Amino acid sequence: MLSIKNLHASIEGTPILRGINLEVKAGEVHAIMGPNGSGKSTLASVLAGREEYEVTEGEVLFQGKELLPLSPEDRAREGVFLAFQYPIEIPGVSTTNFLRTALNQVREYRGQEPLDAVKFLSLMKEKMALVEIDQKLLSRSLNEGFSGGEKKRNEIFQMAMLNPVLSILDETDSGLDIDALRIVSNGVNKLKSDTTATIVVTHYQRLLDYIVPDFVHVLYKGRIVKSGTKELALELEEKGYDWIKEEVDSTATV
Amino acid sequence: MSTLTQQELVLGLFEAAPATFLSLRQLGKESFYAQGMPALKSEEYKFTPIAKKLESGLTDFFPAKPIKISTEQVKSAVFAGFEGVVLVFSNGQYLPELSNSTEGLTVNLLSKTENTPLGSIAKADNDPFTALNQATFTDGLHLSIDNKKVIESPILLLQFHQAQGGQVISPRIWIEAGDFSKATFIDYQVSLDDAPYFVNKVVEIKGGVHADITYHSLQEESNQVIEVSNVVTDIKQDSQFTSTQITLSGDMVRNNLTLNLLESNSVGNMYGLYLLHGKSHVDNHTNVDHTIPHAESNELYKGILADQSRGVFNGKIFVRQIAQKTNAFQQNNNILLSDDAIINTKPQLEIWADDVKCSHGCTVGQLDEEALFYLQARGIDKITARGLLLYAFAGEVLDKIEEDSLRNYIVNQIQKRLGSNF
Ligand SMILES: Nc1ncnc2c1ncn2[C@@H]1O[C@H](COP(=O)(O)OP(=O)(O)O)[C@@H](O)[C@H]1O
Ligand SMILES: [Mg+2]
Repeated sequence: MLSIKNLHASIEGTPILRGINLEVKAGEVHAIMGPNGSGKSTLASVLAGREEYEVTEGEVLFQGKELLPLSPEDRAREGVFLAFQYPIEIPGVSTTNFLRTALNQVREYRGQEPLDAVKFLSLMKEKMALVEIDQKLLSRSLNEGFSGGEKKRNEIFQMAMLNPVLSILDETDSGLDIDALRIVSNGVNKLKSDTTATIVVTHYQRLLDYIVPDFVHVLYKGRIVKSGTKELALELEEKGYDWIKEEVDSTATV
Repeated sequence: MSTLTQQELVLGLFEAAPATFLSLRQLGKESFYAQGMPALKSEEYKFTPIAKKLESGLTDFFPAKPIKISTEQVKSAVFAGFEGVVLVFSNGQYLPELSNSTEGLTVNLLSKTENTPLGSIAKADNDPFTALNQATFTDGLHLSIDNKKVIESPILLLQFHQAQGGQVISPRIWIEAGDFSKATFIDYQVSLDDAPYFVNKVVEIKGGVHADITYHSLQEESNQVIEVSNVVTDIKQDSQFTSTQITLSGDMVRNNLTLNLLESNSVGNMYGLYLLHGKSHVDNHTNVDHTIPHAESNELYKGILADQSRGVFNGKIFVRQIAQKTNAFQQNNNILLSDDAIINTKPQLEIWADDVKCSHGCTVGQLDEEALFYLQARGIDKITARGLLLYAFAGEVLDKIEEDSLRNYIVNQIQKRLGSNF
């Protein structure tokens, strides 16, 4: 479904991603871990189409199609969804307010009929229940005065509404208490299917108890330096990242 | 630019002035000559070189004659869903045959009410254009609301403007609101074609005790229009006055709004939105004078500027020494959509009392790129996303407009624009 080949990206001339290779198949869950500043959010942003990052090399195929030339909105319409690490506030725009526009533009792109107000509302009700989010929150200015957990739940709510093919969750677990973590993971698990895939970016093993990955990758200094199964996450939890850093840094100097 | 040229410029206007309010006109003329057209260095007009604009932009410095207006034109100009009084003007002259009224509202030509103390609220000496209007207006309207009369439906002052020779339109309006009265006015200015003209408007509003008066002004004229508007109001005890000033176009527009809080427990609200593109230049100067204790003023002006447009905001809050317990709030926020757009914003606070709550702030920024990306990442195309964000920005002012038909109309006009140019 997703095939990242030798992806290099920089910001303001500084290389951040330095040759990423990753294959994600339908039905799989991949976890991307790694120390702070290793480029995890950068990878997520590049996949979603953020323009500040300049892709200097490599290609990304999504369902056989070149992803990188597409605008952010077309990537979303093709089925890429990014749950932001730091969801921003937008004063004066509520979730309900923009999501119907978003959903109908996505549907139009996919050749589906637009949803009328009634159908939209009933879809909302269904997905609200999934992440246990209150409708009042959705009619307030986006993320203004939301708690950390509310922001993250709202991201997953939007994901549920837009029904993506590939979901990228960037540190969705950070700032969540254990109940919120359970709710959010439940939501994500219910949305998983044989035809969709999930990339979970996280620092901690904790989330991976709930969303069980098929593969775990360690990103360090802009490269995937180690890949394995969920046992790798446990090992990292136990030993930290230093041994990986040492391994990489010593071979790099050779 | 010589003073002589400018004096010559207005000679035609003085000559054409009718034989009403003779002594008032004479005082206006003297005041105008004493002040002169604002020079380029004039503090009050330094960002808005209106005299220069008039010199280069106008061909015929005479009063514009009223033009014929049809019922169809009135019908199509009135906002969808509007229910209320419509007072139609053509180049500043009232057209009774196209207008209606309601119980508790008395409408008279100023020429029929010569005892009206014109100039007692909008003082000629405070602004050369007020003086010029006082000396040269043709006729105008005297509106009064009876004591205790609550007029729920709005009163639309529908001002059609068209002067193919580039002449001058000098609307003059006097509003008197009785004690315990309530009324909402909508001053709506429309151009009938693209020919340039100069509007020099003066509106004086005399509020009663415990009155609640709203004055909406919507400027949606051609991009050739030069305009100076002076709206001045006296606010009495336990009263509220609310102004909204929406400007969507114009070549060079200067709006002077003055609120005199004269008695305690009075509230003055000033809201404004300017949505500019092309080379429009719009200058809002507001002035609130807290002359007594226990009064409140709230101000929020917002601007979206595209292309090479230019905005000026100058908000003066004057709190006199005796005006203790004053609450005064002011905010001016701007979004510049192009590198060539310019905004000059300046709060001007003069506070002589010590027990007051005053706050002010101004911001100038670009469209929030992060917010734009967020919406795009949800599948919304860039133009729609931009529109959503700008609309949300403007919405804070639009929400202050309680009259649905007016707000919906403006929303519609803005959306038309946000979808294209903006
Ligand atoms: N907008 C930006 N401007 C400058 N540097 C950036 C920007 N975004 C990320 N970086 C840098 O890129 C590196 C990777 O950041 P990021 O992808 O956020 O890491 P992670 O998500 O793994 O913690 C960091 O060194 C960070 O400082
Ligand atoms: Mg990150």
